Amino acid sequence: MHADPQGVLTGVHFIDGDHACCEGALAAGARFAAGYPITPSTEVVERFASRIPTVGGTFIQMEDELAASITILGAVWGGAKAFTVTSGPGFSLMMEHIGYAAMTETPCVFVDVQRGGPSTGLPTLPAQADMMQARWGSHGDYEIIALCPNSPQECFDLMIQAFNFAEEYRTPVMFMMDEVVGHMTEKVVIPPAEQIEVTPRRLTTRTPAEYRPFEPDEDLVPAMAHAGHGYRFHMTGLTHDERGYPVMTAPAQDKLVRRLQGKIRNAADRLALFEEEATADADAVVISYGITSRVAQRAIDMARAEGLKIGKFRLKTVWPFPDAHIRRLARTARALIVPELNCGQIAREVERASGGAAPVTPVTHAGGAVHRPEQIFQAIQEALR
Amino acid sequence: MSVAQVMNPIEPFLRMDRMPHIWCPGCGIGTTVNSFTRALIDSKVELDRVSIVSGIGCTGRVAGYLKLDSFHTTHGRAIPFATGLKLANPSLHVVVYSGDGDLFAIGGNHFIHAARRNVDLKVICVNNLIYAMTGGQTAPTTPEDAITSTAPYGVYEPSFNLPALAEAAGAAYVARWTTFHVRQLARSMSEIFNKKGFCFIEVLSPCPTLYQRRNKMGDGLEAMKFYKDHSKIRNGAPTSEVGLTREGEIVVGKFVDRDRPEYRDMMRHHLSEALGPRYQEACEAL
Repeated sequence: MHADPQGVLTGVHFIDGDHACCEGALAAGARFAAGYPITPSTEVVERFASRIPTVGGTFIQMEDELAASITILGAVWGGAKAFTVTSGPGFSLMMEHIGYAAMTETPCVFVDVQRGGPSTGLPTLPAQADMMQARWGSHGDYEIIALCPNSPQECFDLMIQAFNFAEEYRTPVMFMMDEVVGHMTEKVVIPPAEQIEVTPRRLTTRTPAEYRPFEPDEDLVPAMAHAGHGYRFHMTGLTHDERGYPVMTAPAQDKLVRRLQGKIRNAADRLALFEEEATADADAVVISYGITSRVAQRAIDMARAEGLKIGKFRLKTVWPFPDAHIRRLARTARALIVPELNCGQIAREVERASGGAAPVTPVTHAGGAVHRPEQIFQAIQEALR
Repeated sequence: MSVAQVMNPIEPFLRMDRMPHIWCPGCGIGTTVNSFTRALIDSKVELDRVSIVSGIGCTGRVAGYLKLDSFHTTHGRAIPFATGLKLANPSLHVVVYSGDGDLFAIGGNHFIHAARRNVDLKVICVNNLIYAMTGGQTAPTTPEDAITSTAPYGVYEPSFNLPALAEAAGAAYVARWTTFHVRQLARSMSEIFNKKGFCFIEVLSPCPTLYQRRNKMGDGLEAMKFYKDHSKIRNGAPTSEVGLTREGEIVVGKFVDRDRPEYRDMMRHHLSEALGPRYQEACEAL
C-alpha cells in the first residue's frame, strides 16, 4: 500500500540524518514513539515530538530506556506503528525488550545512533561499535534484522525499509546509524506519498474462534491481532505454543526458537540490501558500511588513480549477514579490505563468510573520529603487494 | 440440576484449558482473581475492551489465566507496556495486575512516573510481602524482622508503605484490602473501572509456602484469621498512617479518591491550545 500522505513531507530538504530518520519513520506510518534523551540521537525524537501532533499520533518521553523500549511494544499491540531511538548506553538498557519483541514477534524499529563506547564513552563522537550488540545483545538465540544508512537521504529511505521489514517478518529491526551520519546535513528528497510503498500490519482475517496467535503462515510468520478486537488472546515472553500459552518443555523451545530464526534466515536473500560496484574483475574489494563507506570511497578513488583494480561492496543490510555475497566476492578477489569504526566486528564476519577463500584485512579504528582515507588506501596497497 | 453441571460463575472469565493453575494451596492470588471477575460483572465493563498486563512472578501469571486480551511482559515493565497500549488505543481499559516485587522493586521507577503523569491505568498489586516465585527472597515490602531466604537472620531494611507512595506520586485512587475482604476488594476493583486516571489497589495476600512458613505464621487459613484479627477498616485514613509491620495492625479501606487531570486529557487540552485547528484536524483524521 502507499504511504499515508499525512506523514509525508514531500519536497527537497536540507536536513541532517537524525531529522531525515524521523521523516522516514513518519512516512513509513509510525504514529507512536517513546524515547529518553541521549546524545547523539535525541534530535530524532525532538523532531517527532514537534511533528506528530499535527500528523496525528503520540510521542511520550519516558523515565528511562527500559520504559521507552517496552512502551513502544505496548503501542504496537494497541494498533500503532512505533519506534524508539537511542545511543550506546541506552541501547544496552533496551536489550531486554529487543529480546522480548523478538520472542513476542512485535514489529517495531529500534534506532541506535552509535557513539564511542564502552560505557558512557564518547557521547558526541562517532563509532560503529554496537554492530555485534545489535546482533547478539539480548540473551538467548534469535535472529535480527539490522540496516545501516550512510547518508541523510538513506536515513529517510532505509527507515521506511526498516518499518516494512519489521511488519513483513514481525520482528524488531535495528536501525544502525552513527554520530556523523546522524549529524551531517545534506540534500534529502522526500517523494510524494503515492511513490512510497508501505507494508501494512499482518492482521489476522480469522474469527476469534479460529484464531491461534502464534500459528505461522507458510513463511513462518504468524498473523497478528490487536488488543480490543474481541480475540482475547494471550502473549508472553515465556516459551509458548501456537495458542500463545506458556509451555516449559524442550520440544516447545526447539520448535519456537527454530521458527523465530527460520523466518528471517529463510528470507536472507530478500533482506540483503547492498551497493556493489566493479567487483567482477577487482583485485581487492573494500567492504564497508555506514559513515565509513563514505571515507572508503575516497580511498578507493585514490587506489584506482594508482591503477589498482578495486571493487566496492557496501552493506545496507548488516544483519542477517549476506554470507552468500561475501563468499562470491572472496572467490574472485585477491583481498577483502574491511574498514570500520570498531576493532574488527564485521571484519570477523567477512572472514567467517569468506571461509578462507580470500585474505581479509581489517582496517580498525576505536572511534571518536572517522578514518583518514590514507589509512584505508595504505591497507589496500599492502594487501595487494 | 446436579452439582456436576453447575458451572462456577467465574469460569467464563478464565482460560479453563490452562487449569490447574500454578499457585500453591492457601495462596491468595486466586482469591483476588475471583474478586476481579466479580468486578468485571458488577462494573458492566465491555470485556473485549479490557486488557490485562502483568509483569513477572506468581501474580504475573494472572494475565495467562484470564480470558481477556492479556500480556505477560518483562519483569517490572508491565506499567510502561500498559502505558503504550493505552495511549495507542485510548478506548481500552488497561489493567496492570502484578506483584509487589515486580511493581515496586524492579518496576518502582515506572510506577511513580505513571502515577505522576496520571495515565489512565488500573494497577492491582497483590502484595504477598516476598518474592515468591523465586523462592522467598526479601522484597521492598517485606516487613522488618521477617525471615526470608536472603535475610535468614531477619530483615533490617525499612519497607515501603505502598498507599503513601502511590498518593505522593499522584495516584487518583488508592485502596488497600486483604484477601479476607473479598467483597470490599471486588467493590474497589469495580469502582476503578469507572474512575479516570491512575488507580491503585494493594491487596495483601498470603504466601503460606514461603512467607508464612519461614515466619511461623501457619497456613492459608491461619493467614485469614490473622487478617481478620489485625485488619481495621479506616476509609479515608491518611496514607502516612497505614504502613505495615510484621505483627501489627493492617489498616484497610479506600484512602484516596480525588480528581486530577488525566495524562491524555492534559495532552489534548495543551496541544489544542498550542496548535489549534491543526492539532484538532489531525486528531479527527485518526
